[in-house]
Amino acid sequence: MKLAYRMYAGPAHIGTLRVASSFKNVHAIMHAPLGDDYFNVMRSTSERERDFTPVTASVVDRHVLARGSQEKVINNISRKDEEQHPDLIVLTPTCTSSISQEDLQNFVDRASLSSESDVILADVNYHRVNELQAADRTLEQIIRFYLDRARKQGTLDRSVANAPSANIIGIFTPGFHNQHDCRELKRLLGELGVAVNQVIPEGGYLKYLRDLPRAWFNIVPYREVGLMTATLSEREYGMPYISITPMGISNTADFIVQVGKLVNVWAYALLEKRLNYKLYVDNQTKFVSQAAWFSKSIDCQNLAGKEAAIFGDATHAASITKILVKEMGIRVSCSGTYRKHDAERFNEQVQGLCGEVVVTEDHTEVGDTTARIEPSAIFGTQMERHIGKRIDIPCGVISSPVHIQNSPPGYRPFLGYEGTNQVADLIYNSFHLGMEDHSSDVFGGHDTRSISTKSLSTGRSDINWTPEAESEPNRIPGFVRGKIKRNTEVSARRNNILEITIDATYAAKEKSSS
Amino acid sequence: MKTSDILTFECETGNYHTFCPISCVAWLYQKIEDSFFLVVGTKTRGYLSQNAPGVMTFAEPRYAMAELEEGDISAQLNDQKELERICLQVRNDRNPSVIIWIGTCTTEITKMDLEGIAPKLEKQVGIPIVVARANGLDYAFTQGEDTALAAMTHRCPEINPRVMNQQKGDAAKLVAVDVSPSDKLFDEKIGLNKGSLVLFGSLPSSVAAQLNLELKRQSISVSGWLPSQKYNELPALGEGVYVCGVNPFLSRTATASMRRRRCQLIGAPFPIGPDGTRAWIEKICSVFDVKPDGLGERENQIWKILIDYLEIITGKSASFMGDNLLEISIARFLIRRGMVVYEVGIPYMDRRYQAAELLLLQQTCRKMRRPMPRIVEKPDNYSQVQRMHELQPDLAITGMAHANPSEARDIDTKWSVEFTFAQIHGSVNARDALELVTRPLRRGVDSVSDCRRLSRQTLDVQQS
Repeated sequence: MKLAYRMYAGPAHIGTLRVASSFKNVHAIMHAPLGDDYFNVMRSTSERERDFTPVTASVVDRHVLARGSQEKVINNISRKDEEQHPDLIVLTPTCTSSISQEDLQNFVDRASLSSESDVILADVNYHRVNELQAADRTLEQIIRFYLDRARKQGTLDRSVANAPSANIIGIFTPGFHNQHDCRELKRLLGELGVAVNQVIPEGGYLKYLRDLPRAWFNIVPYREVGLMTATLSEREYGMPYISITPMGISNTADFIVQVGKLVNVWAYALLEKRLNYKLYVDNQTKFVSQAAWFSKSIDCQNLAGKEAAIFGDATHAASITKILVKEMGIRVSCSGTYRKHDAERFNEQVQGLCGEVVVTEDHTEVGDTTARIEPSAIFGTQMERHIGKRIDIPCGVISSPVHIQNSPPGYRPFLGYEGTNQVADLIYNSFHLGMEDHSSDVFGGHDTRSISTKSLSTGRSDINWTPEAESEPNRIPGFVRGKIKRNTEVSARRNNILEITIDATYAAKEKSSS
Repeated sequence: MKTSDILTFECETGNYHTFCPISCVAWLYQKIEDSFFLVVGTKTRGYLSQNAPGVMTFAEPRYAMAELEEGDISAQLNDQKELERICLQVRNDRNPSVIIWIGTCTTEITKMDLEGIAPKLEKQVGIPIVVARANGLDYAFTQGEDTALAAMTHRCPEINPRVMNQQKGDAAKLVAVDVSPSDKLFDEKIGLNKGSLVLFGSLPSSVAAQLNLELKRQSISVSGWLPSQKYNELPALGEGVYVCGVNPFLSRTATASMRRRRCQLIGAPFPIGPDGTRAWIEKICSVFDVKPDGLGERENQIWKILIDYLEIITGKSASFMGDNLLEISIARFLIRRGMVVYEVGIPYMDRRYQAAELLLLQQTCRKMRRPMPRIVEKPDNYSQVQRMHELQPDLAITGMAHANPSEARDIDTKWSVEFTFAQIHGSVNARDALELVTRPLRRGVDSVSDCRRLSRQTLDVQQS
């Protein structure tokens, strides 16, 4: 058992549902108790989704527990088949089904006999994988299923397209700024003369998957989801892939160099010419993206040597670290990710760029580290934003998990050249607010910024509270209690008091109100 | 559609969206200030409790997950030892007055004996441990609170008859201050004959105080609330204590206080809307042999204040998809103000506990000459959406999973979860309740031409 207050990545089935509901006309049926279908709520609110989320539950209740699902799952599958005629129904196991150990594959086999839709069982083990790994697997599973079938039926189109083209793999819902990134990627590829063959899974129809191998190469913009599919197509269909995330000026340039290499492999054979993107990159870097000029401008001078802490998924945390250090001259004291199973690669990416690397799924560890190093700004997830609020440090949100405010209607890509502009804004605004705050402190503001007020850890204090003093903070409304308690401890420490009596609490209160 | 004069109950497939009952933690931890809620379950539950209450969870909550790992489920690890370790950690971190374990589906399926382990650990940890099995196998959304409160009825102190009499004396004295001498005699008479009154249901303290005041106006004093603001202030229960619910989803709590603590239940409509509040007070008065005073005037006064909202809703139609068990009471309130309610979906309908509320609903429909709504237990959301498509109600009251899609299909929607968090009880808060109901109707976004139907699916259909 593990005491956990918050979690970064969700349970496995969320990943499966995210992939399934991103495809067009795919329905997911969860084998889960009532209330576990909150994915629908997340999708319909945080993404402001207009359409009913194609996810239903085959509800596990007491009867199912006692007698097994029996016909229930199969009936639910055939009912959905008749009602909505999906192309594919994905039966999704949850922790409940993994514990109750029902033979879901059997249900799938039986249901697929009678239903017109294809039916598959998502191959994810609840205990072994998290949301992102599960999404990666499910995507690969679906692609493999349809490519294998097309191959068997002889409908697989393996002829390479005449003009340069690419698949974008791993854009899905609800992903952090995925929609905007996708649009920016398409634009970027368009300017490079590369057509987009398919985007999967977002908005993709299964019937077109057989044309997937026609693209010259695959693009996997995010490390989290899509790599398994990309390696599958490399192994079985000889399709190369690019896994560089075009986030930030230098990463985008690297990405374009890769595109150039892969395009030229076929371009020379098919079109008898070589494409050169060097001029394009130069022009974009200098004039379309404002980021390079922005870092050179005197405004950005003020940021030099400022410290930042970064935490998020592997893709965003690594890229933002690189941008801050290499492109804006900001010191990154700490960079971290919650993607533990990708730790090696993350270390490699941020090596030499930051003071320390934190790889953890424990959000209190992130909080304590941030509090200890006291950066001028944090770039992290919504959780880091709240850590920042508590210890009074501004935070820019760069990665999921996120709130609805991180699904902006306005165009906010993180990738490509427009992405560099957006990221520059985000970074600059975070620091700028920090400086304003600082100057208000200097001019007669409150001076409460000492290290001990910033500790987020609980129960690690060397100060004792007498029982009656202990009851004192309990009379204070819950939401400010922690702060007042901390202030009391700070005041006690300043006066070398090691035991807090009721007098000490009042003394501290007087001091803070005066 | 069919209309009838008697209430009809239907039961569908139970394929509906609602929150898992563990989400009750989100409001209960705020209500019981010195508590700590420990949800014993898997990541699935943790992810829910972090996503469902949204922003609230970020504000240093007094709840956490005891996240079960593979070793716990395959019984390689000892449940008791693991829980002990975690509870000690919670004690050191937060020092609560009570730890409430929320059992989940997982603990049910693995048959973890929380009720058996709790008394043992209670001694070792030195903090009371209350076990509430609020799982999605058995319950929906707000019923989570019911399981928690039912578990807490066992922790309420036993009423001491001598203290009770004294309290009553005190109460009579308190009341005597603001009533005329003739009433004073009357009060003492009640004090002698009748027991004390405990209300159950978690309400914000300001709302609880308002209801206390409403009853005090009728010379009835409330001796306590379950839950109380602090765990140590739980009200005394026992023979001779009257209990009355303020929320429609508290049937287990009602049963537990009757059967296990031998209290007497006052079955009343629930104090939602001015009509409900009045009926609730009248019923309590009748039990305590008090002639209610000025209730009719007060109700009329409240309706008068609401006139601007009433203009908006009168004659409009509504459908409830059902997810929090408040549906009957809110529907009754809306019908009283001239709305037509087609359908009331509800996860679970306790016809005994809600008897008075159902009767009031029936009376209200007759009085207002409105058709009786069809009451659908364990609804099927897919069929409901089809019915809604046919009937085109002016307002759909649904869970958040359906709210945006319904709006995109040009059906004004109020998301129902808000009713569980907003202050809707008592006459004073009737305005807040209507504020919620009318919000989608007041928005007036028609000005953007041709933006009524915004669903992508319907667009696809038109194109193909």
